[in-house]
Amino acid sequence: MSLFFALLFIVATLVLVIGLTRKIIQYARTPAPLKIPTTPAPVTQAGVVLRMFREVVFFESLFKSTKWTWLFGWMFHLGLLLVLLRHLRYFTDPVWLPIQLIQPFGVYAGYAMVIGLVGLLVRRIFVDRVRYISAPSDFLWLAILIFIGFSGLMMKFVAHTDVVMVKEFFTGLMGFSFGTLPVDVPLIVHLLLVAVLMLLFPFSKLLHVPGLFFSPGRNQVDNPREKRHLAPWAKAMEEQKN
Amino acid sequence: MAKADFETPELQEYVEVPELVAGTMAHLSPFVAKPDHNTDLNFPGELVDDWHDKAIAKLDDLRSRFRSLQVYLDSCVKCGSCTDKCHYFLGTKDPKNMPVGRQDLLRKVYRRYFTFAGKYFPKLVGAEDLTRDTLDEWYSYYHQCSQCRRCSVFCPYGIDTAEISMAAREILDSIGYGQKYCNEIIAKVNKVGNNLGLPGAALADTLEGLEEDVEDETGVAVKYPLDVKGADILLVTPSADFFAEPHVDGLIGYGKVFHEAGVSWTISSYASEAANFGMFIGSYENMRRVSLRIRKAALDLGVKRIVFGECGHAWRVAYAFLNTLAGPFDFLDPNYPVPQHILEFTWDQIQKGNLKLDKSANDDKVLTFHDSCNVARATRMGNKPGGQLEIPRNVIKAVCNNFVDMHHETIGERTFCCGGGGGLLTDDLMEIRVKGALPRMTALKNVMEEEGVTHMAAICAICKSQFTKVLPYYGMDMDQIVSIHQLVSEAIILTGQNSGDEEDEEEEDEVEA
Repeated sequence: MSLFFALLFIVATLVLVIGLTRKIIQYARTPAPLKIPTTPAPVTQAGVVLRMFREVVFFESLFKSTKWTWLFGWMFHLGLLLVLLRHLRYFTDPVWLPIQLIQPFGVYAGYAMVIGLVGLLVRRIFVDRVRYISAPSDFLWLAILIFIGFSGLMMKFVAHTDVVMVKEFFTGLMGFSFGTLPVDVPLIVHLLLVAVLMLLFPFSKLLHVPGLFFSPGRNQVDNPREKRHLAPWAKAMEEQKN
Repeated sequence: MAKADFETPELQEYVEVPELVAGTMAHLSPFVAKPDHNTDLNFPGELVDDWHDKAIAKLDDLRSRFRSLQVYLDSCVKCGSCTDKCHYFLGTKDPKNMPVGRQDLLRKVYRRYFTFAGKYFPKLVGAEDLTRDTLDEWYSYYHQCSQCRRCSVFCPYGIDTAEISMAAREILDSIGYGQKYCNEIIAKVNKVGNNLGLPGAALADTLEGLEEDVEDETGVAVKYPLDVKGADILLVTPSADFFAEPHVDGLIGYGKVFHEAGVSWTISSYASEAANFGMFIGSYENMRRVSLRIRKAALDLGVKRIVFGECGHAWRVAYAFLNTLAGPFDFLDPNYPVPQHILEFTWDQIQKGNLKLDKSANDDKVLTFHDSCNVARATRMGNKPGGQLEIPRNVIKAVCNNFVDMHHETIGERTFCCGGGGGLLTDDLMEIRVKGALPRMTALKNVMEEEGVTHMAAICAICKSQFTKVLPYYGMDMDQIVSIHQLVSEAIILTGQNSGDEEDEEEEDEVEA
């Protein structure tokens, strides 16, 4: 079983990294032929960085829109971020000081994450508009994430797993030496679902993560009169016709 | 077409988010373009036999040329943030008029043909084959979007349904399934120079008539020049300004401002249209073709500056796209932005104190201002972000004593579309136009009742036409809609003007501090 997980995580990591890189390259290579920032928009590059920062860190637009979705969504994402940072201790030795310091917060973050996810799920089920736009996969993603969070919390508070052994397994795997994992149901569920998430990430709506950074509505400087903006294909078309 | 075979929504105190009623607008589609109009735009005349493969190929082509389309099709997480933001949804209850509902009509096909999940697990991710029914659904619902961008303000990823609608219309056009209203108009611009098909002689007549009217009224010979070579400024304005009320009163106002500013200006009969419907159909090529007329006119007439009249989507193409499509404008005076909005020009003149204004001339009105969707969310005026929201209000306040804004959630970047933008301003779409106007009508009614507002100013030919038509459906008066430059025109006292019959010329505050 340990071998299975070792191979699974190697494959999942490859798929995640290669798949995401390919998507990012696709986004970066596709030209944005027209200036279409949603205005009022910043007129300088520094302004755009600030706008992006507010969007990425605070979910500014969602906050403008609906406070409940914002609250649950933000709780989940912030929780997830802290939880991920906390998990770095299973992959690094020695553990960096900042990561050591956030350990206690990471635990609360686990709760915040699951509560946020449940809030989003409830909304998806009970608000008719959101239910209407939901495909089965939209529910499944929430379920996967909730189970990941729940199984993680189980290991922390109910059925402790041998984290030292887990850490040895993953730090070993990072040097391509295959160790053994403890056989605990919560751990198996946890790792299996994380691998599924990594495998599906580049083929799913989780692409909103790179997508946001490439959104012309948010990342463009509002300066079309000051600076001529021309896509390569448009330039070629111009030269051909003139 | 049967008239009023639908119910006008009743105005309430505020617009409630309705419960979904599927398919309320499925019956509504605009007239299909005639073969001539399609071929004029380099599209097939009629629906081609291999439409399925052609449509998929076009989608593939567009997603490789427009980052917005590719990123927006991938990124939606179905959070629901946009679901209650579209005026057409609020007015019709139809879930396919929710921005994400509308996007998904295209997204489900994209997923089916271009994503791993959609190819192998279509049911799981809501991917669907492209069928003839899909095509009709696209035709119907992508012509129920005014490309107003309100949804994009609230999307955490900035997904803009306008971009999706434009792409869908471009795909439909590319297989010979175009919309009559837009394509006929673009063909007219290509042939005659403006949306209304007014030839040069008719324009000359109209402008001469305006000169006579203004001189009769004021005693001052204000010129409305056409095709004058060597003029400083080329004015490009929506052709509705040449004849329709209340538009033409705005044009009279532009002329008076230019006159007082002491600049020479001209209209071009070749580029006698500010609106560019190429944007509505999402066609870069057609949008460029129309834009190049303005470049040619500016070169032929040897002007130094280009100024655009009051028009919403037109100002978007002008402000945000013109430099890209028809630039570089290095042959114009580099001291001025290219192009400039007439309100930037007028506000500048007001600040310089060049205009003598009598605010009391507008004392018979209490004004509010409707931010045109594309001006508010896709352009700028002046140097600072948000100038497009401030400058129009500044000008109104400089020429009127009574001004009140509508509810803050219905103006500025959150403004509601008039209901007629994006190629929907046609009688065959009257039902969606009336229903889509509900949020704006509600906000207007509220300030009328609470603040005594009598008139609403707008700076867009489409808004003005749409409101003129739709206000009566909601029990209001079509004359309540005015141009900002109509207000300027009322207030301005021309140098040497006859003193008014009923009032002595008083010293008035000219400039708002």
